[in-house]
Amino acid sequence: MAQIRLENIIKLFGKVAAVNNVSLTINDGEFMVLLGPSGCGKTTLLRCLAGLEIPDGGNIFISDQNVTEFSPRRRNIAMVFQNYAIFPHLTVYDNIGFGLKMKKFSKADIEKNVKRAATLLEVDKYLERHPAQLSGGQRQRVAVARAIAMNPAVLLMDEPLSNLDALLRMQMRAELKRLLQEIGATTVYVTHDQVEALSMGDRISVMKSGQIAQVDDPMKVYTDPANTFVGGFIGSPPMNFLVGEVVQSEGGLAVEIEGQRLPAPANLARMAGQKVTVGLRAENIEAGEVKDGPGLPTQVMVVEPLGSHLLLTTRIGGQSLKVVTPVDYPVSPDQPLWLRPDLNKLRWLDAQSGTLLNLN
Amino acid sequence: MSLKQEPEQALKTPGQAGEVALPDFKRRRRRFNYTPFLLLLPATLFLAIFFLYPMLQSFIIAFQDSQGGFTFDNIDTMVKDTNFGDALKYTLLFIVIIVPLQVVLALIMALVINTGLKWAGFFLYIWTIPLAISDLAAGIVWYSIFTNHGYINQILIQLGLTQTPIDFLSFENPTLVFVAVVIAELWRATAIVMVILVAGLQVIPRAYTEAAEVFGASPWQRLWHVTLPMLKPSLQVALILRTILAFQTFALVFALAGRIMPVLAGEAYKWYNDVRNVGVAATYALLILLLSLANTFIYLRFLNTKAEELA
Ligand SMILES: Nc1ncnc2c1ncn2[C@@H]1O[C@H](COP(=O)(O)OP(=O)(O)O)[C@@H](O)[C@H]1O
Ligand SMILES: [Mg+2]
Repeated sequence: MAQIRLENIIKLFGKVAAVNNVSLTINDGEFMVLLGPSGCGKTTLLRCLAGLEIPDGGNIFISDQNVTEFSPRRRNIAMVFQNYAIFPHLTVYDNIGFGLKMKKFSKADIEKNVKRAATLLEVDKYLERHPAQLSGGQRQRVAVARAIAMNPAVLLMDEPLSNLDALLRMQMRAELKRLLQEIGATTVYVTHDQVEALSMGDRISVMKSGQIAQVDDPMKVYTDPANTFVGGFIGSPPMNFLVGEVVQSEGGLAVEIEGQRLPAPANLARMAGQKVTVGLRAENIEAGEVKDGPGLPTQVMVVEPLGSHLLLTTRIGGQSLKVVTPVDYPVSPDQPLWLRPDLNKLRWLDAQSGTLLNLN
Repeated sequence: MSLKQEPEQALKTPGQAGEVALPDFKRRRRRFNYTPFLLLLPATLFLAIFFLYPMLQSFIIAFQDSQGGFTFDNIDTMVKDTNFGDALKYTLLFIVIIVPLQVVLALIMALVINTGLKWAGFFLYIWTIPLAISDLAAGIVWYSIFTNHGYINQILIQLGLTQTPIDFLSFENPTLVFVAVVIAELWRATAIVMVILVAGLQVIPRAYTEAAEVFGASPWQRLWHVTLPMLKPSLQVALILRTILAFQTFALVFALAGRIMPVLAGEAYKWYNDVRNVGVAATYALLILLLSLANTFIYLRFLNTKAEELA
């Protein structure tokens, strides 16, 4: 059982807290993604977990053992570095077998594991080559093979796909996902790419400025972001946020956005008379010419054809709203558009703090 | 004529099915770039005038008799000289002992500096101080330490360990003289090896040692399997430089050991300055050159880093 438990981890660089009081539990065999913008402390947190940094506060448990001050080699982990860090002076074979050799495995065991890992990652044809003789994608595979050959209980990956071109990245994403399912190691995967996070993770920890903003499974993070930061970071386009005011009307509770009313759930009653932020995803909005049913009158600003669909940027009062429509939807800039949001999929957030309102 | 047009022309060339019309390769060759050669020119001129020319000249002198004819007499004189055997022996022995010692010491020092610990930078300055002192001055400093009235003897007498001063630098004790020279040279010239190795260590990205650490390597294993192999180019440079300089050791030995410990470079000086036989002096110089060349060749051959092993 390789469960990972982080308790109140703090890591300071000078006066800056790169990781600021992070607590997180990663279950045995789970694929956990650390997602966040560049500089939010993902790498630092991963390095604390690897033992390459000693946290200034908090404790790290792996399999219920406190490893906070253990050196990396006592943690039974393997890691894929962002720039691969495969050894230029060693052949692919020796690179993949490096960890096993350091742990004094027999030659036969090393060979067996190297062959297995190399075959899994399809680098078995290059075992005699040096890294300089490989392409970027092949080096990346060697870096993963080196980690996998160790049969690690915990596998750490720091943006392993970020140095690949878009096409290769997509291909490796699917391959890695399958591979990691097969191995079943507890995996912590760092990325700033939300598509990678959504498509690969069992759960996602969204980080911001050294803190965790939300931990949930990918769909939950997508549909129910804990705050405007998460909603604005995840999804392409990001979630729309409109500011309105909760009002009592003859038909029940409503939210008034730029003078237009949309029905609001009854348990929002305590917010009556107050400002509220409404979150809505572009694909949960239906566009129409005529005013039928509850909706918002908008004006089209920009039309972006994206191949599979159109991305429209519309305006209501001083606020903007992104909508997707089928490619053949007849629309042109400056025309008025009636937008009908799926009322069940509206999310209600505090206008001040931007955090999701608890409506229970 | 612009290069851009050529592929178009090539496409227009009529060809049979399956036949690819090739562009005119001669015209597409990249323009010859003179810049690197121009940049190398000053250094090349300098080396040619101040090194290559004197080298050729000494080569000629070594095989010239007083009438200007060809002769092996100088070699004969050199080899039959009573000091020749000792000079060769001491020089080689000196190199065999001092070079490995210096490399190991310098490596330890460089590793200490490269730890990045608080006082590491301070050590770099302390350890490089001897580099600023000329070898003759260093020889005189160590002479004042080892001589009969030198610091070591004074300390030994003060401590009551001996009544009469010990004669470290005498004909009776050539081994002690040799050891004194080795110690002085270690003090004087280890830093240059260290500086080269520190520079080499600093360009090894931390990620490699970190990766080794994560993959279970102990500090020794990291040194042996990662740091040293990646340091090989620097080690090679340090070894070549250090060995060549060791073949030329002279002033320090001269100051410390005088005639007790003859070395090749010292003999060359003696034959030139005292005996005033330029021919034999040039022959010694030639011998030193050949030994240095042979050595460099061996280092290049056996410490070679293949292109594909570089990052
Ligand atoms: N060795 C270091 N020294 C000083 N500051 C650092 C160091 N490493 C990271 N930081 C700072 O800590 C913050 C988090 O960095 P990092 O963990 O690398 O972010 P991420 O991986 O999410 O892009 C950044 O502001 C970065 O500048
Ligand atoms: Mg990072």
